[in-house]
Amino acid sequence: MKRFPYIPHTEEDIKEMMNVIGINDIKELYKDVPKLFEGDLNIPESKSEIEVKRELKELAGRNIDLDEYAMFRGAGIYKHYIPSAVYQLATKRNFITAYTPYQAEVSQGTLQALYEFQTAICELTGMEVANSSMYDGGTAVAEAILMASRVNKKHKSLVAKSLHPEYIEVSRTYTESQGLEIELINYDEKTGRIDLEELKNKIDENTSSVVISYPNFFGVVENIKQIKEILPENVLLIVNAYPLSLGLLEAPGKLGADIVVGEGQSLGNHMSFGGPTFGFFASKQKYIRQMPGRIIGETVDEEGKRGFVMVLQTREQHIRRAKATSNICSNHALMAVVASVYLSIVGREGLREISYQNYQKAHYLAKKLIETEKFEPVFEGEFFNEFVVKPKFDLNKFNENLFEEKFIGPLNLGKFCDKLENHALFCATELNTKEEIDYLVSKVGEIDEITL
Amino acid sequence: MKLLYEKSKNGRTAFSLPKLDVPEIKIELEEELIRKEEPNLPQVSELEVVRHYNELERKNHSVDSGFYPLGSCTMKYNPMLNEETASMFNNIHPYLDEEHIQGALELMYNLQKYLGEITGMDAVTLQPAAGAHGELTGMLIVRKYIEDNGFTNKTKVILPDSAHGTNPASAKMAGFDVVEVKSGPDGRVDLEEFKKVMDDSVAAIMLTNPNTLGLFEKDILEIAKIAHEHNALLYYDGANLNAIMGKVRPGDMGFDIVHINLHKTFSTPHGMGGPGSGPVGVKAKLKDYLPKPVVDINDEGKYVLNYNIPKSCGRLRTFYGNFSVMVRAYTYILMMGKEGLKFASEMAVLNANYLRKKLEKEFDIAFDDVCKHEFVIDGSFLKEYGVKTLDFAKRLLDYGIHPPTIYFPLIVHEAMMIEPTETESKEELDRFVEVMHKILEEAKTDPEILKGAPRNTPVRRLNETIANKQLKLRG
Ligand SMILES: Cc1ncc(COP(=O)(O)O)c(C=O)c1O
Repeated sequence: MKRFPYIPHTEEDIKEMMNVIGINDIKELYKDVPKLFEGDLNIPESKSEIEVKRELKELAGRNIDLDEYAMFRGAGIYKHYIPSAVYQLATKRNFITAYTPYQAEVSQGTLQALYEFQTAICELTGMEVANSSMYDGGTAVAEAILMASRVNKKHKSLVAKSLHPEYIEVSRTYTESQGLEIELINYDEKTGRIDLEELKNKIDENTSSVVISYPNFFGVVENIKQIKEILPENVLLIVNAYPLSLGLLEAPGKLGADIVVGEGQSLGNHMSFGGPTFGFFASKQKYIRQMPGRIIGETVDEEGKRGFVMVLQTREQHIRRAKATSNICSNHALMAVVASVYLSIVGREGLREISYQNYQKAHYLAKKLIETEKFEPVFEGEFFNEFVVKPKFDLNKFNENLFEEKFIGPLNLGKFCDKLENHALFCATELNTKEEIDYLVSKVGEIDEITL
Repeated sequence: MKLLYEKSKNGRTAFSLPKLDVPEIKIELEEELIRKEEPNLPQVSELEVVRHYNELERKNHSVDSGFYPLGSCTMKYNPMLNEETASMFNNIHPYLDEEHIQGALELMYNLQKYLGEITGMDAVTLQPAAGAHGELTGMLIVRKYIEDNGFTNKTKVILPDSAHGTNPASAKMAGFDVVEVKSGPDGRVDLEEFKKVMDDSVAAIMLTNPNTLGLFEKDILEIAKIAHEHNALLYYDGANLNAIMGKVRPGDMGFDIVHINLHKTFSTPHGMGGPGSGPVGVKAKLKDYLPKPVVDINDEGKYVLNYNIPKSCGRLRTFYGNFSVMVRAYTYILMMGKEGLKFASEMAVLNANYLRKKLEKEFDIAFDDVCKHEFVIDGSFLKEYGVKTLDFAKRLLDYGIHPPTIYFPLIVHEAMMIEPTETESKEELDRFVEVMHKILEEAKTDPEILKGAPRNTPVRRLNETIANKQLKLRG
């Protein structure tokens, strides 16, 4: 009998167990299963740990490792510094190998960690309540649109065209089948901010929500307050926020947001090819019963001792079934806890400092690039750590040259929009050194010589 | 226990950054967009954070700390190797050029292929982020199929009353009306009842097989035939795939769409409730409706992200899915191989039936029949001792065992759903049986022990009514 490291059964065990059941062959346990498949699956035979590790290492070796590259690309996933303690703590085995805290008494670790996560998200966003995570930023936006529509029973959402293009796609997928409408609002070509006139004109009695990104996909910081001011009272303002910017930018809640969501990857999570990431989701307290996802609350045990449990479960699919606020069951709790550990380590002042450095580094980079006169600024709107510039040369070729020097250059926005072909979305974070930035800029200086 | 927030003290920190090395400029934002008040995050030293999370960790039951027979959740062991291989792929950005991520794409391509083979499906998307997300994907594929074929009258999805709550919720989210079909006296879909609700307005039937009672739907071929006669699609909730790998494939049984919970059958950790990963497989006729992108191989043998799926049901999440969960599942498939996956299923079923047999004399097994990877106890009989399934479950905690899933499926009163998985040894199962009998004895002789349970846990029984009435959702 072949042995497998994860299966403890010996031949002896199997025999004894079959005896208890009263069978002579395992096949008898499948006698009610139609014989449709005989023989072996067409997948490789089992391997040893040494072989598998080698194979995976070889596969991993066919990707570049961004630890070895200077990174100037963001667009939704960001390379930030992850303090050593974050993964050591968040990936303890009693966290990763536990499931949904169905038995609260033996899940206080999970429950308290997620409760602290909810607290951190409320603090960051300036909102009153938060859930304990969605799949990612895109699905969080989509669910926010659905939630707004449950709140005010209206069916149209006005979505800023400057929201991450993939979030727009996800939102369309989520809403279309439910008869909701999504209409895009252009950005002002000069500032890069949402076109307030167009927004004003498109609001009508069917408008349920307005969705903006803060900063937006072009890195430009929207003025939430101005937007809120033109919205009728029962139209909900949904803000998709980049959490690390919130050490510097005013909390969306303070500026009038009704629902604040976002992608949490930048809070201590690896890039890992875009997943798993997690979505955070916060709102005003009065909407709590329409909120999707799992929510943790504080309570006491029989002896009056503090403890935590899942609350408001009557909104959820396992109880409400077809009438649930959402179908989400497994969420991204572990990634949320990673973020909670990260925010605990970074702390109050650390967050401000990271935010500040991101701003400064990106602005230094932008200034230097413009000074070369080989890049034109594209938007006048103030930005955080990402910005768009238009090179007077072929961006893809430039990026190829940079790659040779272990630099990942900016994203070519042509990937998402023909009109923006050869426009560069640059990103700088606290990880980019002045030396790196200067070197990149010097490469721009050499451009005539490298004949692009 | 205190929150980390409550341990905070002005002036402490666990973090440091290099000094800003670029010339500082003035912040140009409008005054109102500059943060006035810092978020009240903890101010603590690194050691305080470390001790805090160590203390929290000790308050969790997990697969690594003890038996976790939580039915339908497949809490099998999560190999250490998976974590190591996953970490080899941490530093990849989703918008790198395809030629710089050939390893990641190849892994996805192979995983698509293997999952297709295991489920008997022709094409697979890895995009969905969890089981329920896979269900939604599947239902949106059904929608596209209907539209494309002009089946404008198809508005309903049928599912059995034993279905997981995500099934009706997902069907609803995709815009369908949900029709429940009653289970028969043997715990399977009642064929006659099924025929009654089945007509041309049905777009799809969602089943899990073995079902959530752990029973195999013996009429599956007949159900598939009837469904297809009405141009309805058959959807497989693959949360229960662990029972049948290498034995029978959903595709061969007549299913058209399947989702697979990688975080169950394929040994990736559940992470306190996520991340999961819920790939979806489809038969060839539905291939054109998959979400974009899928991984393909081009004429030069290069792996590419294929966005050219004109009839696609859309995009379900950003980027390509929970990639690092895929790495773990892929690692597991390579370790187990074709013979190991089949063996895992056989042993999962052996373990479940062994427990069922050992418990059936003293406990009331709902639908006592050969089961697959799980079975359900009907705890109603405990009433005569004045206790409920809930009390029984809480008492298990005192013995260091995570209770089975309770009060699901809804069709069994006082349900206790037990799934041991193949990674538990006979010794562990025997200990469980012993504890189950001991608690039953306690119920008979001193039911107060159960009602007052748990006692040996970090907290005693928690008051959910207070938690829901006086909502306190943040520190
Ligand atoms: C039978 C069944 N279907 C679907 C799901 C949903 O999967 P997920 O929690 O990953 O969304 C689960 C698990 O919760 C399940 O047990």
